[in-house]
Amino acid sequence: MTVGIVMLVHTALNRAEQVARHWAAAGCPVVIHADTNVPRRVFRAFRKSLEDVERIRFSDRHRCEWGTWGIVAATQAGAEVMLRDFPEVSHVYLASGSCLPLRPVPELTDYLAARPDTDFIESATTADVEWTVGGLDSERFTLRFPFAWKKHRRLFDRYVELQRRVGFKRRMPNGIVPHMGSQWWCLTRGTLSAILADPERPTYDRFFQRVWIPDESYFQTLARIHSRRIESRSLTLSKFDFQGKPHIFYDDHLQLLRRSDCFVARKIWPHAGRLYRAFLTEDPATRKKTEPNPGKIDRIFSRAVELRTRGRPGLYMQSRWPNWGWENGATCAPYAVFQGFSELFEDFEPWLEGQTGMRVHGHLYAPGGVAFSGGQSVVAGAIPDSAAIRDYNPRGFLTNLIWATRGEQQCFQYGPADNQKIAWDLARDGNARIAVISGAWALPLARSRADFAEIRAEAARLQKIEAKFIETLRQTETKARVHIWTLADFVEAPMQALQDAVAELGARSTRRLSEAPTMVDLTGFGQFLQNLKNQGMHPHLMGDFPAGPDPERPPRKAPKPYLVQK
Amino acid sequence: MGFAQSYRLRLQRKRWRIRAFRKRRELTRVADRTDRIRKRDILLFSTCRNEKIRLPFFLQYYRDMGVSHFLFVDNDSTDGTRDYLAGQEDVSLWTTAASYKRARFGVDWLTWLQMKHAHGHWTLTVDPDEFFVYPFCDTRPLPALTDWLDASSIKSFSAMLLDMYPKGRIDAQPYLPGQNPMEIAGWFDAGNYVISKNSRYGNLWIQGGPRMRVFFPDTPAKAPALNKIPLVKWHRDYAWVSSTHTLLPRGLNLVYDEWGGEKASGILLHTKFLHTFADKAAEELQRGQHYAASVEYRAYAETLQENPDLWCRWSEKYINWRQLEILGLMSKGNWA
Repeated sequence: MTVGIVMLVHTALNRAEQVARHWAAAGCPVVIHADTNVPRRVFRAFRKSLEDVERIRFSDRHRCEWGTWGIVAATQAGAEVMLRDFPEVSHVYLASGSCLPLRPVPELTDYLAARPDTDFIESATTADVEWTVGGLDSERFTLRFPFAWKKHRRLFDRYVELQRRVGFKRRMPNGIVPHMGSQWWCLTRGTLSAILADPERPTYDRFFQRVWIPDESYFQTLARIHSRRIESRSLTLSKFDFQGKPHIFYDDHLQLLRRSDCFVARKIWPHAGRLYRAFLTEDPATRKKTEPNPGKIDRIFSRAVELRTRGRPGLYMQSRWPNWGWENGATCAPYAVFQGFSELFEDFEPWLEGQTGMRVHGHLYAPGGVAFSGGQSVVAGAIPDSAAIRDYNPRGFLTNLIWATRGEQQCFQYGPADNQKIAWDLARDGNARIAVISGAWALPLARSRADFAEIRAEAARLQKIEAKFIETLRQTETKARVHIWTLADFVEAPMQALQDAVAELGARSTRRLSEAPTMVDLTGFGQFLQNLKNQGMHPHLMGDFPAGPDPERPPRKAPKPYLVQK
Repeated sequence: MGFAQSYRLRLQRKRWRIRAFRKRRELTRVADRTDRIRKRDILLFSTCRNEKIRLPFFLQYYRDMGVSHFLFVDNDSTDGTRDYLAGQEDVSLWTTAASYKRARFGVDWLTWLQMKHAHGHWTLTVDPDEFFVYPFCDTRPLPALTDWLDASSIKSFSAMLLDMYPKGRIDAQPYLPGQNPMEIAGWFDAGNYVISKNSRYGNLWIQGGPRMRVFFPDTPAKAPALNKIPLVKWHRDYAWVSSTHTLLPRGLNLVYDEWGGEKASGILLHTKFLHTFADKAAEELQRGQHYAASVEYRAYAETLQENPDLWCRWSEKYINWRQLEILGLMSKGNWA
């Protein structure tokens, strides 16, 4: 049982030499194909450097441009030399110059010896793969690709577009079913020689010469015809990122690679000296029989792709600045906005903090300054309480605050007197829970001792702003969870309303509220509203609050806290 | 972007390059070792003035990282910077007594030197108080990053300026030559940066950090820009527009993802706030050679007289790049 290595090299020849020696020293014949892009002088030196190794051969050279037939031709040439010169070879392993064997070669030969008829080649029909880049999957086979993708991208794209429009399609020769998969395979002698000696090979070759990236489909398709037993996976650990280029391994991947139990890894950074030293020199006493287990590495790389394509929701930074609507969440965590509550209740903020364990701020967008919870002048993230800085970028202020306080739910008061530039950002943010008691802004005005003409003007202004805010919240594009009460409705059944508002936060308090905040004294508020009306201003956001003098009620001395009766 | 605007930017780039070409005469060669630059070397460009105290650590930091050759413009130093740099085997040095401001804060000089020596090389353009940090910088040398950028067809790499400061008075602990400045100025602001986009050049404009928090709480618009693009695979047709914040052609400024993803990015640890700062601020104020009539230095000078402590309860102590990545200041992108 011998495995032969066909090695395609184009750069970092010193590493390729090192690896070739390693394979040969372990008893594996090696056939090297060097890209014609390697200058002749360099190639001659490379060939000379390996002259002393008896089991190494060089095949005819082809030009290997990415995505073209050259790579398949190179593989065929290498495989032919391998089958011709080394009759003892029972499996042929296709590797590149930047592949690195991770396990001792005898473990690989044992593994293959236990599966003598199995071809390890990833091979899936085009309909079932999702890894293709650029939207070309079945079209790889049906269109023509005379232009190099890397050098003449525009021509390439235009020509594809033209063929699509014209409806051009090539036919599969002999009705073969196209399959695709990783370029790196390990085939049995039987299968490989059947592919290479197939009388129909000229037909297939002619067809695949015009296929896009044939190195991922030629052997994958033909193995389906000739193989007795296909195990559709590659023995080479090779991960691709979202642009379709292979992930690269560095020194710091050493432990990961070791634990993966894969036989060969691609692609290794040529200067990752520690990896080459570790895997090419060590020779453990015992042979492991474990199956390759690339799960952990797979997860790391898929997380990297995820970070590159989806990013961290709610984060805005130097290399993530999503266009409008592409944020995957305008902020990173749920937060709550209360409008009118701290006007209606005297001690709303400490009460809410006690009930829910959230961080409850005052009016963060108040005109004079930023009311952080507990009167802090700086909060997490070193965000200062400067109103000028906040108003310089109101949206950035909010997203920064929510990002910097991850793990601690934030809550703040809002109102029509505050900076309204943030309104639309709140409304369209699925993380926002907004509870509004409309018209509650009038309560402090009712107690104000200022000139009534001023109060009337202020009331008119605030009402207009709040009406606009509510209109924003009721837009169909609104993603925030919104709850709006009129002041009249809220006062009617405050406990139930508070319960609803707090339940909306999804906070941990699913239990009933045990204690209510103290409501401000509403005496005289009806009269205040009537006065506004008498002055020609129509206060409508409060709902059907009984205007006029307070109705005759059983006299009450002090506003008393609401208590839930058991 | 329309054809007309694209053409205007092209003309502007040509103008900056002509300007850089004319400014070449202001530079006097002190030590030219550029013949030692090999094909794949990573180059570092910098202007400096009276920075001798910082240079030993600076050079060592970047040598260890994998920079092969340094190209300095010395702006009329009086503290021996010139002799020190001329004595380093991997440094090429030019000197000038001309105006820093009229050389667009040094970038005219650097654009010229880069035009001449950096074509086809990865180049870092940093000040002597800026220390580049990139993902995996503790385990992978800079060539690993540039190879990956090459393989990914990326030509420019962003690294936001992160202002570092000590706890307590800035001048409480004197900095010694060769010392790691982060030992003294080891704190930073983690999350108070605000961003807007410059639609003309396509770059992001980032402000914030301790300088905005302490020096410009009432006039945040005046706070200095923190966005930087220090690592570029240079081509002789490129030109800096304003300091190292913006480049032309404008595609180089698109170092951020617009569809929700994160591109890989790094950080420039900015160790301006050492004990040397007070003297420097006083001197620069006098010379008036800095941006916008040195408004920045004026604000510093005023604030620092009263309360020279930038530290606050929520300041973050610097540990490593992973910390910066978790805080969302930089990103690994799809480099794993």
